[in-house]
Amino acid sequence: MGLHGGQFTTMRIPVETFHLDNGLFVTLSEDHTTPIVAVNLWYHVGSANEKTGRTGFAHLFEHMLFQGSAHVGSNEHFELIQRAGGTLNGSTWLERTNYFETVPSNELALALWLEADRMGELLPAMTQEKLDTQRDVVKNERRWAVDNQPYGTMLEKMQELVFPPSHPFQHSLIGSLEDLSAASLDDIAQFFAMYYTPDNAVLSIAGDFDSTDARKLVTEYFGPIRIGEGRPMLPPMNLPPVFGNRLREVVYDNVSLARLFMAFRSPVFGSEKYYAASVASAVLGMRKGSRLHRSLVRERQIAADVGAFTFDLAKGTDILVVDVTARPETSVAKLEEEVEREIDLIHREGVKEPEVKRAIALIETDLLASLQSAGERADRLSMFATYFKRPELVNEQADRYRSVTTQRVNELISERFGEDNRASLLYVPKEGVESESVRAAAAGAD
Amino acid sequence: MVTALRPKPGPTRSYHFPGFHDELLPSGIRLVTAPIAKLPVVTVLVVVDAGSTNDPAGKEGVAALTAGTLLEGSERFDGAELAEKFEQLGTSVESGADWDSAFIKITVLSGQLEEATRLLGEAVSSPVFPEREVERAKAERLAEILQLETEPRGLADEKFSEFLYTQESRYSKPDEGSAESVSALSRKDVEEFYRSSYRAGSTTVIIAGDIPTDEARALIRRAFQRWPLGRAPDRPLIAVARTTRKSIHIVDKPEAPQSELRAGHVGLPRKHPDFFPTLVMNAVLGGLFGSRINLNLREAHGYTYGASSLYDWRRGPGPFVVSTAVQSEVTALALREILLEIDRIRAERISEEELSLARDYLDGVFPIRYETTAAIASALATLVIYDLPADYYDSYRKNVRDVSADAVLQAARSHLHPDELQTIVVGDARVIRASVSDLSVGDLHVHSS
Repeated sequence: MGLHGGQFTTMRIPVETFHLDNGLFVTLSEDHTTPIVAVNLWYHVGSANEKTGRTGFAHLFEHMLFQGSAHVGSNEHFELIQRAGGTLNGSTWLERTNYFETVPSNELALALWLEADRMGELLPAMTQEKLDTQRDVVKNERRWAVDNQPYGTMLEKMQELVFPPSHPFQHSLIGSLEDLSAASLDDIAQFFAMYYTPDNAVLSIAGDFDSTDARKLVTEYFGPIRIGEGRPMLPPMNLPPVFGNRLREVVYDNVSLARLFMAFRSPVFGSEKYYAASVASAVLGMRKGSRLHRSLVRERQIAADVGAFTFDLAKGTDILVVDVTARPETSVAKLEEEVEREIDLIHREGVKEPEVKRAIALIETDLLASLQSAGERADRLSMFATYFKRPELVNEQADRYRSVTTQRVNELISERFGEDNRASLLYVPKEGVESESVRAAAAGAD
Repeated sequence: MVTALRPKPGPTRSYHFPGFHDELLPSGIRLVTAPIAKLPVVTVLVVVDAGSTNDPAGKEGVAALTAGTLLEGSERFDGAELAEKFEQLGTSVESGADWDSAFIKITVLSGQLEEATRLLGEAVSSPVFPEREVERAKAERLAEILQLETEPRGLADEKFSEFLYTQESRYSKPDEGSAESVSALSRKDVEEFYRSSYRAGSTTVIIAGDIPTDEARALIRRAFQRWPLGRAPDRPLIAVARTTRKSIHIVDKPEAPQSELRAGHVGLPRKHPDFFPTLVMNAVLGGLFGSRINLNLREAHGYTYGASSLYDWRRGPGPFVVSTAVQSEVTALALREILLEIDRIRAERISEEELSLARDYLDGVFPIRYETTAAIASALATLVIYDLPADYYDSYRKNVRDVSADAVLQAARSHLHPDELQTIVVGDARVIRASVSDLSVGDLHVHSS
C-alpha cells in the first residue's frame, strides 16, 4: 500500500494489470490512505476517428453517454454518482475520450456497474429526443467556449493551420454547427458499435480498494460485454519533422489584446525526444523564471503574459506551442518581431544548464503534487495503457525527465525551432474594439 | 448482458479531516500545522488579513497589487533572482489577494522545503517593491481590465457586482481595482499598505504535508523572525444593496451569439447561523449538476451548456447569484425558468429525494475535497479567515446531514429575495430587449459596452 518515494529515490505507485477475455485492459493501483477510489475509462477514439462531414461527433457522443443506458435513466448516471458522494465527468480529445468518477471507496461497485452498463448497453436507451437536446447543449457549449470567448477558436484554427488537409488531426474537435445538425441516431449506433467496445478501452482503478474484490467486480460487470468487430485503421499520420516553410494566419477577432500562438512540429508524446521537447517548452514558458517571461514580460515589457505547452499527441507528430499575449501598447508587428527574435536567439545559441535544471525541477514538483489525487493517478494509468500498453510508465516519468540533458534539449531546439518549422496564429483586435480611455491609462502607467 | 441488479454500497470506512495543530508563536504569528506523510510534498500557505476589503477608499486594488508584487524584490535579491531561486528548487509559487485575505502559497518537494521556506520568509519580510515592478504589475492589471471588455463572462460578473452593491461598498468594484483606481496607485501606496497590514497579529502560516509539527515550527520561527508586531487596521465594510427594487440591465454586445446572464441579490456573510440549511438549499436549487436550475435549463430545454447558482461566501454578505450563458434568442425564456425555480423552492417543501441527493452529495464528497496538501492548506485557511471553530471539519458532515426539508424551506424563504432580484445580461440588446421586457423583472436599463 501507500506511495513511496522522495527526491532522491524514485516515486512509485503500485501497478497491477489484467485482461478480460473480451479484450478489456484493466489497471489497478491501491492506496489506502483515504477511503476514496477513482474509476477511469479511456476509449481509444477521438475526433481523429470522425468521418468527413461529421466533425464534432466524438464529443457529441461523449454527451450522449450521460443520457442513460439499458438499466440507467437519462441523467441518472450523474445523479447516482453524486448521491453516492462522488464527482464525475468526461472529456474528448483528438485521439481519445475519457470518463471518470471518484467515489467513496464503498461505492466502487456502483461506479463500475454504471460504466459497464453504458459500455455494454447504451443503444436501448437512445432516443431522437435525447439526441436533439444534447445537440442543442453542445451547440451552446460551442457558442460559450469557442464563438463567444476571446481566442476561443484557437484550437480549431491551430489544427487547421498545422495539419495538412485530410490529416485526422486537422478538423475541429467540437465540430461545426452544420455537422452537429446533421448527426443522426443511426450515426450514434454505428459509432458506438465500432469504437465503444471493451477491446478499444482501458479501465483503471486507483485508491482504496481490495485488488481481489475489484477483479471480481470488473469480471462480473464487464465480462459479459461482447468484444468489438474491429475498427477502421486511421490513415497514415506520420509527417515530416518540420513544416518545410513558414506558416502564418492572421485572425481579426473580437479580442482586446493581440496574441501570438507560435507552433512547432515536435516529437510524438512518449518518445525519447518528447521529453526534451517538453523540457524545452518549460524552459521557454513555464512560470516567471522562464525565458520568455523574463525577457518579454519582465524586461522588455512588451507582453502581458506568456506560456508554452505541448498537445501531447501520441500519433504522427506532436505540436509545441508558444503563447504570447501583447501588452495594449505593443503593436502587432512588434509582438511578432520580438517573439521571432527570442526564438531565433534560442535556435542560434541554445539554452543553458541552469534553465534546463529549473524546468525539470518544476515539472517534477507538479508531477508529484498531481499524483496525490486518485483521479489523476487513474487517468495517467489509463493514458499510458491506451497509448503504449504500459501503464507502469507512470512510474518512469520523473526519471525520464531527470535524464534529459542540456545537450538533448539543444539538439531538439536546433532540429525543431528553425524558420522552416514555425506556424504563427496571430489574433489581432478588430478595429474599434479597444476602449481608448483604458488604452491611454495603460500606456500612461507604463 | 450487464446485470440489471444495481450494486449496494459496502460498509463505509471512516474518514477524518487531517489532524492539525494550532498555536501562537512568540513572534505573534499564528501557526497551523497538518502533518501528512502520504507523499514527500509540502504546501506552505501564508495568510494575511490584508485582502481587498482592506483597500482604503480611492485606493481600490492596492491589496492585490501589494500581494502581487511582494515577491518582486527583497533587500538581497531582485524579482528575477527570487523567481530563479524558487524555481531552481522546483517551487511553485503563487501570491495574491481575494476579498478577505492576502496569501502567499508555495508547494515544494519536502527535500527542498527548508531552503524554499527560508527564501519565502526573507522575501515577504523584506520586500522593497521596486518602482519598475510595481508599475509593470499595474500595467498588467490594466491589460487584464482591457481584456474584460471582450470577455463576456468576466464582464457579466463585474457588471453584476457593480449593479448589485451601493457605490460606497467595496464589493461594488473589482477586487483588483478599476482602471481608474489602479492607474492612480503608486509604489508609496503599496509600501504603506504593506507596512500597516502585514503584521504578526494578522498573519497565519499554514503548513500541510510531509513534515512533523516540531520541525515545521522550528522552520517557521527561523524564517519569519522579522515580522513586525501589531495588527492590520480594521476597516468597516459596507455591503448593502444599491437598490431593493427589481431591475434588469442589458449590457449591449451587438451580434453576440449568446447572452451571459446573472441574476441575484445580496446574500449572507460566511458566519451566518443558517449557513448549512442555505448550503443544502442552494445545492438543490442550482449547486449541483442534478439541481433544478441545471436540469431545467440544460437537460429539459437545451438552452445552455450549464446553469448554476451560488452563494459567494465572504466575511461580509457576498452575492447570491444564478449564472448561465444561453443562446441569444432564448434569453427571456431562460430567465423566466430561473425566476420560476426561485419561486418554486420558496413555495413548497423539497422532496425527500432531492433533500437526500443534496445531503448525501455534500456529506459523501467531503473526503474527496482534501486529497492534496494544497487543498488541505486552503481548508485550514478557511478556518482562520472566517474564524470557524477547530472542530468545524469534524462536525461538517453531521451538520449537513441534520438539515431537514423544513429547514431548507425556511432558508429559501428567508434568504432568497425574488422581489429584489437584479438581473444583468451581457448580450445583443436588439435581439433580447423586447422579450425580456415582457417579464416582470423590474425596470429595464440598456448600457452600451
